[in-house]
Amino acid sequence: MTPTIFVLAYLAIVLYIGVFAFRQSRGQAEDYFLAGRALGPWVFVLSLFGTHMTAFAILGSSGHAFNFGIVTFGLMASSSAIVVPVLLLFLGTRLWAAGKKFGHITPVQIFRDRWECGHIGTLIFFLQAALLVPYIIIGVMGGGTTLNVISGGLIPFWAGGLLVAAVVMSYVFFGGMRGTAWVNTFQTVLFLTFGMIAVVVIGNGMGGFPAIAEKMLNDPKSASLLTREKFSPLAFLSYTFNPLSAIAFPHIAIFCLTAKKMTQFKKTVMLYPLCILLIWLPCVCLGVFANQAQEIPPLAAKIDMKQATGRPVVADDVMLQLLSHFAPEWLAGLLGAGIMAAVMASDSQILALSTMFTEDIFAFYGARDRFGEKAQVTIGRLFIVLVTAFAYFTALNAKASIFDLAVQFSFAGFSAMMPLYVGALYWRGSTKWGALAATIWVAASTVGLFFTPRGFTVFGLLPVVPMTLGAALLLWIVSVLTPKPSVKTVNRYFSV
Amino acid sequence: MKPYILLLLAIYYVLHQDFWNWTEARPLVFGFLPIGLAYHALYAMGAAALMVVLVKYAWPERLEHWADKEPGE
Repeated sequence: MTPTIFVLAYLAIVLYIGVFAFRQSRGQAEDYFLAGRALGPWVFVLSLFGTHMTAFAILGSSGHAFNFGIVTFGLMASSSAIVVPVLLLFLGTRLWAAGKKFGHITPVQIFRDRWECGHIGTLIFFLQAALLVPYIIIGVMGGGTTLNVISGGLIPFWAGGLLVAAVVMSYVFFGGMRGTAWVNTFQTVLFLTFGMIAVVVIGNGMGGFPAIAEKMLNDPKSASLLTREKFSPLAFLSYTFNPLSAIAFPHIAIFCLTAKKMTQFKKTVMLYPLCILLIWLPCVCLGVFANQAQEIPPLAAKIDMKQATGRPVVADDVMLQLLSHFAPEWLAGLLGAGIMAAVMASDSQILALSTMFTEDIFAFYGARDRFGEKAQVTIGRLFIVLVTAFAYFTALNAKASIFDLAVQFSFAGFSAMMPLYVGALYWRGSTKWGALAATIWVAASTVGLFFTPRGFTVFGLLPVVPMTLGAALLLWIVSVLTPKPSVKTVNRYFSV
Repeated sequence: MKPYILLLLAIYYVLHQDFWNWTEARPLVFGFLPIGLAYHALYAMGAAALMVVLVKYAWPERLEHWADKEPGE
């Protein structure tokens, strides 16, 4: 019961933060969608990190490590530790500068302005939106599952999902980007603080990590989880392409525009790898060592099934099971709230979708001029309610595995969109036709992934590699062959 | 971007592919971290140090001034 009370208290606090942010708002579109481009340095660092760390980072990483071992850290964490800060340094700052100079709020606005296009921007909007929706649904599902496990089944999945969706919707609705950023900051601090304590407590509860590691190494069934011998080096290499998605995620790209000064990126770039380390290393260690937690019946069942079938099992609740078994109730409650925080990263995705809709569709097609800026914010808020309701009802009626799969494909799709950002911001010769060719390629190859067998590779490389390289190649070839935007436009962007 | 910065980044990227730790778990660093995991934890710390270098030597200083100027200036 205690963990449930902690989690409910946490939800009340984030709701209050959203309402408090609402009191600070001035009612203009830029203020609501970008917090007036005035986020301070620490809120920017912690919130950007919180925005990027989703349920997948916390629950998914320990579940993946439970199935596949230590390779999880190299696949997803250390690759992100190098790729994401580099993207923020070289593309994030450019996005920020273009947004500030020309008053843009979304990446599509930058593309439209830079390449002198209209409907191609609309196509990019639809692709980004389609790739983002599965993440939002997974977030709501994660909320329902987490509350259900933490409350020991007291709160059913439908009620947990409803509660989480309602809380997220409320603070995004009222607080906009300011509320979302403050909540994300609070969430990141909470998880970083109590995550480390939980690792120590769980480690001691399990008899100490050194003893578990030795036990695993001496057991032929689990020894391979402490090496990467079952994983192909080419697949491992392919995974370094996945973090390229970071800058193409609309919620991250839009967040880059909220910094008050460009120098705020400095702290973010330098601290990002350390934040990754602090969050992922404990999650991966706990996931791997959970293979020795035979005393927890649900985990024992998973271990037996894994060994009997030789296949991975559904293991996203590994962290929650360890927590509820080994940690004292107050700590399980605090950590449960922290996990809930990560699960609720869908807040920034919902806000990004609303921002994109109101700016890239509503305003672009003349409705802002007709109805005014206040109507735009109202429509943005209405859109938030609709998206959340859609995500909730879809989450109730769909299988999680379908959306798990969709998220994996979306990941590859967003990674393959990264060349568009490089082309727009770094290459004078890029054209709207090149962008169109790359966008169609990303859309077609992402859809094509649904029809390929699981584990499909191209010369041993995962699909994300040819998808990204193909997009870059098409952008280049078609841009070389087609007319450039006007010299005036190109000079506006490259007079740095 | 300066060529030596690119080279530094390329070398660091290649170091991610630590094939020499692939099949060995020992030594266990701190008694419990398999060498393959300890290497990548250290790699993440090294990435933070590399970012300090990049921020110092590859920071796009002119971009901020450019953004602050009015369009057309």
